[in-house]
Amino acid sequence: MLDIRNLHVSIEGSEILRGIDLRLDPGQVHAIMGPNGSGKSTLAQVLAGREGYDVTDGQVLFQGEDLLAMAPEVRARKGLFLAFQYPVEIPGVSNTYFLKAALNAIRKHRGQPELDAMDFLTLVRQKTRLVQLDEELLKRPVNEGFSGGEKKRNEIFQLAVLEPKLAVLDETDSGLDIDALRTVADGVNQLRAPDRSFLVITHYQRLLQYIVPDVVHVLVDGRIARSGGRELALELEERGYNWVEPQSAPSAAPARA
Amino acid sequence: MTETPQTGSDERSEKTRTATAAIEEMAERGYAFGFVTDVEQDIVPPGLDEGVVRLISAKKGEPEWLLEWRLKAFRHWLTMEEPTWANVTYAPIDYQSHAYYAAPKGAEDGPKSLDEVDPELRAMYDRLGIPLQEQELLAGVAVDAVFDSVSVATTYKERLAELGIVFSSFSDAVREHPELVRRYLGSVVPYTDNFFAALNSAVFSDGSFVFIPKGVRCPMDLSTYFRINARFTGQFERTLIVAEEGSYVSYLEGCTAPMRDENQLHAAVVELIALDDAQIKYATVQNWYPGDAQGRGGIYNFVTKRGLCAGRRSKISWTQVETGSAITWKYPGCVLKGDDSVGEFYSVAVTRGYQQADTGTKMIHIGRNTKSTIISKGISAGHGQNTYRGAVRILRGADNARNFSQCDSMLIGDQCGAHTFPYIDVHNPTAQMEHEATTSKVGEDQVFYCNQRGLDDEEALNLIVHGFCKEVFRELPMEFAVEAQKLLEISLEGSVG
Repeated sequence: MLDIRNLHVSIEGSEILRGIDLRLDPGQVHAIMGPNGSGKSTLAQVLAGREGYDVTDGQVLFQGEDLLAMAPEVRARKGLFLAFQYPVEIPGVSNTYFLKAALNAIRKHRGQPELDAMDFLTLVRQKTRLVQLDEELLKRPVNEGFSGGEKKRNEIFQLAVLEPKLAVLDETDSGLDIDALRTVADGVNQLRAPDRSFLVITHYQRLLQYIVPDVVHVLVDGRIARSGGRELALELEERGYNWVEPQSAPSAAPARA
Repeated sequence: MTETPQTGSDERSEKTRTATAAIEEMAERGYAFGFVTDVEQDIVPPGLDEGVVRLISAKKGEPEWLLEWRLKAFRHWLTMEEPTWANVTYAPIDYQSHAYYAAPKGAEDGPKSLDEVDPELRAMYDRLGIPLQEQELLAGVAVDAVFDSVSVATTYKERLAELGIVFSSFSDAVREHPELVRRYLGSVVPYTDNFFAALNSAVFSDGSFVFIPKGVRCPMDLSTYFRINARFTGQFERTLIVAEEGSYVSYLEGCTAPMRDENQLHAAVVELIALDDAQIKYATVQNWYPGDAQGRGGIYNFVTKRGLCAGRRSKISWTQVETGSAITWKYPGCVLKGDDSVGEFYSVAVTRGYQQADTGTKMIHIGRNTKSTIISKGISAGHGQNTYRGAVRILRGADNARNFSQCDSMLIGDQCGAHTFPYIDVHNPTAQMEHEATTSKVGEDQVFYCNQRGLDDEEALNLIVHGFCKEVFRELPMEFAVEAQKLLEISLEGSVG
């Protein structure tokens, strides 16, 4: 699904990611944990194709294709979805209208006919239940006046409608209370499928109590310092990030637990 | 042509008297030398004097009172200075270098077929989905005389006439309904109003006249007819709409398609009058030539539009989508004289390239319980400069007047500018005023968010702009709104990415 090899990324000349190697197979859920400033969000942005990040070395294959050569909208149409840490507001554009445009852009790319209004509404209704999204929010402008929790829920709702191959969740848990966290996690769990992978970026392990990952990676100082099973997350919780020393050697593929 | 500044009214009237005498004398001489031969010419040489004003009036076969009115306007115009307060810059206009009368161009002047029309213009027509016949008309192609315009117009006219509605060119109205024209002409925008209104009053070429009798609801948007005839309206249009007690009319002016026009200077006047319980909705889409990439050659559009809510519970709404012209100077306003009357202004103004727009509205509250709403959306891209200028005035007798103003500006890129000048002048303590203003930049993060959901840069921008303008577009009749939206998309093409 996703194959990151020796990825080096700089912003305005300073190196943020210093050789990331990560392989994510179909159906897997990987978590990326790490202290602030370790490069977690940079990784998410680079995968989605945000401008302003210079890839100085390495490559990323997405379903066997060169991801970094694609425009951001092409990545999205081919099935890469980023749940934003800070979802953007688009005043005056209703959530439904926005999502319909997005879905139809993706369907067009897949050679499927556009959904008409009725079919779209049926689909949307069904998906709102998945994340318990208030249907009122569909009529409201995209993210405008949404609470923090509503914004995050809206991201997962979009994920549910767009049905990507790879979903990158960038600190989706930040700013959520425990109930909202549970709802969002439930939504994600229902979307887990043999042909869909997740890359869950988080600072805290509590999200991983609900979304149980296959592999946990610890990102420190732009490198994956350690990889392991979900118990690694618990260990981190207990002992803190200082426990994981940034390793001096960049090393090849990290050992799996 | 400059006049000594006036110092007192006595001196002024003295001066006017002398001037009048001189003019009369000149006019007589003029006749003696045969204006008749001149009347047969189709184009008057550049320059403006009383002879030209008389000539225009004579060519149109106007009654004496209208000629007098034009002459008064012209004499007043001579005493005025071109306004310089607007936030626009352009090279000084030499009013003597313009021609002030050209007969409607004969078909023989235009291109012979669409093949001769600028391919870029044609591409635009195609994308706007304008039918071929209309394309020919807009581009000034020599169209077969049997073309629909005559028959369409006739069909419309018959249907409307049954209801007692008058909908005609201004010239026809002067001939067929002189009493109505005389009664209302200049009653909302007097020729003394401003420099450009005075100029228009002196030399106006043609325009439209609408009269809706008491209690009649006009059954259709008055648009198609106008659109088809747009080619003949010329550079100094004059429109007068009168809605009698309890009547309703929706009027659509302009066209999304860019029109061929060799006249750089445009100064139109629009007057609306709504009597008790009458309602007038006036929508404009303006897409005159904005000039080339360096901003050369575009239309200068100096427009005076004003509606008078003369009656109680009357209502006037202006909706405008301004995307064209090099210079736009335009403030459609409402005078809320009748108690409980309502004025509305909804505007989207787009400037790109080197376009400059200084536009907004004036709401004058005179009657009690009068209400006004202002929603203005300015979009600037490229090197465009967009200014909102608005005045809300609550006069002493306007108890419980209410105003809500919202002025939003959107910037695309970092070379453009947005400016807001809201003037508020309140003379009654019971007034309620609300003013909201925002400026936003189409953020890279907004575009990226859309990209990440599968939309490309153009689609993203269209979506964002559409959302921004929504409150205005929903005031437009459905078809017009769709066209306007499309026009905006084409206008802003290539602004990001």
